[in-house]
Amino acid sequence: MTEAIDVAGLRKSYGKTLALDGLDLTVTRGEVHGFLGPNGAGKTTTIRILLGLLRADGGTIRLLGGDPWREATALHRRLAYVPGDVSLWPNFTGGEVIDLLGRLRGGIDAGRRASLLERFELDPTIKARAYSKGNRQKVALIAALASDVELLLLDEPTAGLDPLMEASFRGCIEEERQRGRTVLLSSHILSEVEALCDRVTIIRLGKAVETGSLAELRHLTRTSISAELARAPDGLDRLPGVHGLDVEGNRVRCEVDTDQLDGLLRQLSAAGVRTLTSQPPTLEELFLRHYAGDGPGEHGAVAANRGGGQA
Amino acid sequence: MNTLTGTGALTKLAGRRDRFMLVIWIYALTAFVAFTVYGLKKLYPTAAAREEFITTAGHNPAFLSLYGPLFGNSLGSLTAWRDAALGGIGTGLMSIFIVVRHTRADEETGRLELVGSAPVGRHAALVSALVVACGANLVLGALMAAAAIAFGLPAAGSIAMAAGFAGCGLAFTGVAAVAAQLAQTGRAARGLAIGVLVAAFLLRAVGDSASAHGPHWLSWLAPMGWAELDQAFGSVRWWVLVLGPVAVVLLATAAAVLAVRRDYDAGLLPQRPGPPRGAASLRSPLALAWRLQRATLLAWTSGALLYGVVIGSSAKGIGGLLGSAQSRRIVIKLGGHSALSNAYLAALLSFTGLIAAGYAVSVVLRLRSEETEERADPVLATGAGRIGWALGHLSIAVAGTVAILVITGLGTGLGYAYRAGGGGSEVARLVLAGLAQAPAALVIAGIAAALFGLAPKASMAGSWTVLGVVVLLLFLGATVQISQWVLDISPFTHLPKLPGGPVSAAPLVWLTLIAVALAAAGLAGLRRRDII
Repeated sequence: MTEAIDVAGLRKSYGKTLALDGLDLTVTRGEVHGFLGPNGAGKTTTIRILLGLLRADGGTIRLLGGDPWREATALHRRLAYVPGDVSLWPNFTGGEVIDLLGRLRGGIDAGRRASLLERFELDPTIKARAYSKGNRQKVALIAALASDVELLLLDEPTAGLDPLMEASFRGCIEEERQRGRTVLLSSHILSEVEALCDRVTIIRLGKAVETGSLAELRHLTRTSISAELARAPDGLDRLPGVHGLDVEGNRVRCEVDTDQLDGLLRQLSAAGVRTLTSQPPTLEELFLRHYAGDGPGEHGAVAANRGGGQA
Repeated sequence: MNTLTGTGALTKLAGRRDRFMLVIWIYALTAFVAFTVYGLKKLYPTAAAREEFITTAGHNPAFLSLYGPLFGNSLGSLTAWRDAALGGIGTGLMSIFIVVRHTRADEETGRLELVGSAPVGRHAALVSALVVACGANLVLGALMAAAAIAFGLPAAGSIAMAAGFAGCGLAFTGVAAVAAQLAQTGRAARGLAIGVLVAAFLLRAVGDSASAHGPHWLSWLAPMGWAELDQAFGSVRWWVLVLGPVAVVLLATAAAVLAVRRDYDAGLLPQRPGPPRGAASLRSPLALAWRLQRATLLAWTSGALLYGVVIGSSAKGIGGLLGSAQSRRIVIKLGGHSALSNAYLAALLSFTGLIAAGYAVSVVLRLRSEETEERADPVLATGAGRIGWALGHLSIAVAGTVAILVITGLGTGLGYAYRAGGGGSEVARLVLAGLAQAPAALVIAGIAAALFGLAPKASMAGSWTVLGVVVLLLFLGATVQISQWVLDISPFTHLPKLPGGPVSAAPLVWLTLIAVALAAAGLAGLRRRDII
């Protein structure tokens, strides 16, 4: 059994609102998997189904080899969860919450707890009502990271953290990966996902629209090229995978599908390259292409963008 | 910019947010007065009929503790007497909900912070809440008076009666304003203010049913006592009506002073650091529920002990209350003075049953607020299952309800034994009488649990409505003739009248089984449904 999470055709609606519309998600054991999408795309609903808090309307779900709805309690001992908006009991101290959640999960590593408190600079004697959003999030993160579990489900865990703490968080996730733990990291912070994740699933309107390693996804994106040539180029418009071609005398600007880059460069060198700037594809570009011009209910946009990307 | 800048705009906003709630409260309370006048007019159309009712029922200490003293035998007097306690509780609750909603609850959720960043003075939110609450009480008072006059009651008396209810609302407007400064959450502020309301009701109950030399002055401490002490349809004491406005001005001033002395979103109690580690026992859903509920339970049980001692020690002299020779004869026919003090204690202990039911419902509904405020998710995402989590809170509801009732019985027994003698056997008798209320209170809690599992969205409103209906049946059932099958809806109708009455175990067993079945249905529903 190598899949920590294996979800196929997951469907869930709240009344008339369709939250998940046939979502597929596969997370292999030992990987850090980025789960990307804007607010309202269905990330939190997916995670809550994986936790057995919500019942799926359809589809198959395997979590650590079990059924999260029927075997919730047994599976929960093997995972830890950090919600996106952490709300705590106002008159508990941070230390009490960390211990309570850790013990309910089946035990907490005292040494690791202490070192995490230090790394995240959290004072455990303060009552939760006095914590800021970021500090409440740290409480949940420490409780999760200090537990000895196989799988971490993190729902936008860094939304309230400052840049220094975000760096600590990235360090911690890197260590988790080295320990061989599986992490599902839901986020809309692309740099975080780019820095941490082995593989990424992008979801939109309750469906996975892209999934794969970052390298694979980059293949689907375009590199921006801007060049100054010795003479006017020839035949660029006939090359496959070239988009938005703009030729002004000897100057060329265009975008090219990354897997067609080679052909374009050969054509450009034939015309004698004076200067060349190329911008590599970013996850952000990929992401924006899926969501560009996204309005409620514009299902058609995905297919159109997708077609453009793979032409 | 002064501390009141923006009050006008906030008042409009509050009025808009509350428009449905206010209409419902005002309509319901006005209708309540109108129905009482109408009902009493049909039941006792003549002075002779009213006189007969008053001699038999009007001197019953149980009724006196429920409704307060009766001044005169006119239809108006009877109406004022019947409505005094519930009318005052109604306006008091309405005022508490309005004030806390627009002050502490908004501050806790952060809505007030958003508003506060606009040019809005420090006292604007408090004052706008006070304006809305006072306005609601004035409108309500005017409509109640109009309704009473329309049903044929004298104008002066109608105005005095309605002003008494509105005055009680004003007093609790002030109480809620102070509570909103002291407590740090909306829930705690409401709890504190409602606690004062319940304490006031109990003080009035004890004061009104006290014997000739007993603590009658206790009634003056209770705003719902003022509504009857103004003697609306007798020789009206108009000066009593000043008490409500005076109370709201004094308390609101106190709240405004307190508001300056604290930070936004802070209570007045200082923040102290707590333990860096969880106690070794904090490792199960039950331990979590206990930790969340223990302070509340401690407050309730101390109040229960105090209340028990007061009613227990006032029970002995209860016979002196009866004025007419005729009613004395009735009492003796009924079984003499011990029967009388038993009836008195049984009536007051059945209040305790209702109050314990209120406690139990609030504990059960904690499950729902833990769920909606997203504190349940992290717990349910651990090895703690849904059922274990819910059972943690339900166990506290059961144990707490039993504790409150046993401790009330204990206090009553100690107070009674101290004044009237009788020692340990009296104490044991009254502890059992208190405990006998538990099955009925737990049925109400069971309904709350069933709603939480099966119809979570309706659980808050539904559970409190059920409790409200049960309270209403107890109050109405005692005077207006209601068919027995309607009264039978309330689980409290089926309890043996203890102390004094025959003990029958069957209804207690049945009620307990019903409570268990309801809770089981709730748990089964919880297993199947989505969280939130």
